[in-house]
Amino acid sequence: MLRFILTRVSLVIPTFIGITLVAFFLIRLVPGDPIETMAGERGIDPIYHAKLLKEFGLDQPLYVQYGYYLGRVLQGDLGKSIVTRVPVIAEFKTLFPATIELATAAMLFALILGLPAGMLAAIKRNSIFDHGVMAVSLTGYSMPIFWWGLLLILLFSVQFGLTPVSGRIAVLYYVQPVTGFLLIDTLMAGDFAAFRSALWYLILPAIVLGTVPLAVIARMTRSAMLEVLGEDYIRTAKAKGLPPLRIITLHALRNALIPVVTVIGLQVGVLFTGAILTETIFSWPGVGKWLIEAIGRRDYPVLQGGTLLIGTMVMLVNLLVDVTYGLINPRIRHTR
Amino acid sequence: MTTIETRAAPPGPLREFWHYFSENTGAVAGLIIIVAVVILAVLAPVVAPHSPILTDNTAFLRPPVWQQGGSWRHPLGTDAIGRDMLSRLIYGARLSLLIGISVVAISIAVGTVLGLVAGFFRGIVEITIMRIMDIILTLPSLLLAIVIVAILGPGLMNAMLAVAVVVLPHYVRVIRAAVISEVSRDYVTAAKVSGASKLRLMFKEVLPNCTAPLIVQTSLGISTAILDAAALGFLGLGAQPPSAEWGTMLADAREFVLRAWWVVTLPGIMILVTVLAFNLLGDGLRDAFDPKLKR
Repeated sequence: MLRFILTRVSLVIPTFIGITLVAFFLIRLVPGDPIETMAGERGIDPIYHAKLLKEFGLDQPLYVQYGYYLGRVLQGDLGKSIVTRVPVIAEFKTLFPATIELATAAMLFALILGLPAGMLAAIKRNSIFDHGVMAVSLTGYSMPIFWWGLLLILLFSVQFGLTPVSGRIAVLYYVQPVTGFLLIDTLMAGDFAAFRSALWYLILPAIVLGTVPLAVIARMTRSAMLEVLGEDYIRTAKAKGLPPLRIITLHALRNALIPVVTVIGLQVGVLFTGAILTETIFSWPGVGKWLIEAIGRRDYPVLQGGTLLIGTMVMLVNLLVDVTYGLINPRIRHTR
Repeated sequence: MTTIETRAAPPGPLREFWHYFSENTGAVAGLIIIVAVVILAVLAPVVAPHSPILTDNTAFLRPPVWQQGGSWRHPLGTDAIGRDMLSRLIYGARLSLLIGISVVAISIAVGTVLGLVAGFFRGIVEITIMRIMDIILTLPSLLLAIVIVAILGPGLMNAMLAVAVVVLPHYVRVIRAAVISEVSRDYVTAAKVSGASKLRLMFKEVLPNCTAPLIVQTSLGISTAILDAAALGFLGLGAQPPSAEWGTMLADAREFVLRAWWVVTLPGIMILVTVLAFNLLGDGLRDAFDPKLKR
């Protein structure tokens, strides 16, 4: 068991180095050297330029520079934003909870609808319901979510006036950030009106971000469930005369959930891709919107640090999923 | 009751394939939509009533013909600077298909070579290639595409390149898996024994037998490419205005959500329908190539 975990963990190291290389070369490959890039379009005095090159070690060979970079990264120094002069890691820390809150809500939405829909579709195979679920989930899977967001705004915010168009909470509430998760912070402050407001602002973005995972989960649950329902032990359970509900929830679902859990773990990258678009549409103050704005401002350190942090985060979650999967399923643990 | 059937010759592989494929209504519907979009794209100059970039100073944000204020001059209305929506949507089909096909062509070309090499020369070569693919897969696809565009600069060509890099691992993986399962077959051993060179083995013997998963991946890949490129266009990093790319059109339309539903809804419907059609086709192809899976 320990060996399995150690192998998986050791595989993370080359991936991490790869991510740092991507981030390192991101700034190098932009035309002009990093100092010119940081100076922006105003230009820079040549003497000062040379001095800065030396100061930042940019006159050294590339591999030495990469070594310095890696050293700084491992100490948690990801540079400062050109625009705000705030350390990248500090900006990331304040914005990340907003993205996590949105992503968690989206995942909950996807699970609450997707799991039962997939299960029912499998149980009632080839019924109208089954075909309906499959059609809807394929549509969800093909959905350009940036358009889906606009469409929902058009419908719910503009037409019916039900939900707010953008932002995270109504302006009249001020919440002292403690955890950074507005839903938790408002509850801790005991401000239920603010809590309601935050929840209200969260609904539409969560639905938009949850659409693709919902489609994937529904499809995956259905096919996993179909496979399990064909197994011998289910027939045995039926023959024993167990009630159908018990067979489905206790016998079938438990085994069907294993592949589903993996798929959920692998949705983290998909969720982040979606978060970039969703946050842009709804002006949600998270890391996705932050990165897009960084591109607009040519704020390369932010782009570099953000890419590194998000890549590392996804990598660690994948590792966690892998290890958990191995813990649940001995067959995986013992192969390879 | 046993009757002895006089069996006709077994159907050719193509007939058999079509038999399974045509049973799948969704896949056939997808194929029909794709053919329609292709025809629209090819005949765009003939079908489109106006030029996609011609602005009509007398008609800003005109609604479609069935709404009050609409006219047959602009059947689907006009956008904020008076360009004909219908014409832009039709020309958009050209760009989206171009994006889809080019991206898949690039990633198939590179992916096939890398996949073949990885599957053939196991060991360190394989590990290196697959690790690099893993890194690409680890980074969220849109984030990586954004990073690449940030380096190369925004634009249609660069966006296509970025998307091609992002989807590359899928092709490499599919080809590598197919190669590994084929290499142990008898016909490969036979070819090896009769002295076929490595290159011949790779391209003449093994590759033709890996086409089925590749065709499926192509169809699914075109849909991903169209979707990702549209997302980049929407973020202002893909095709640049005034080109009539559906994602870019949506980016322009964002500020008119409140007063002109048609500029917001129509390009999205085109993206959704096209992507859905390619996904339906891909699913149908997969089932048709592997009927065992379905039964």
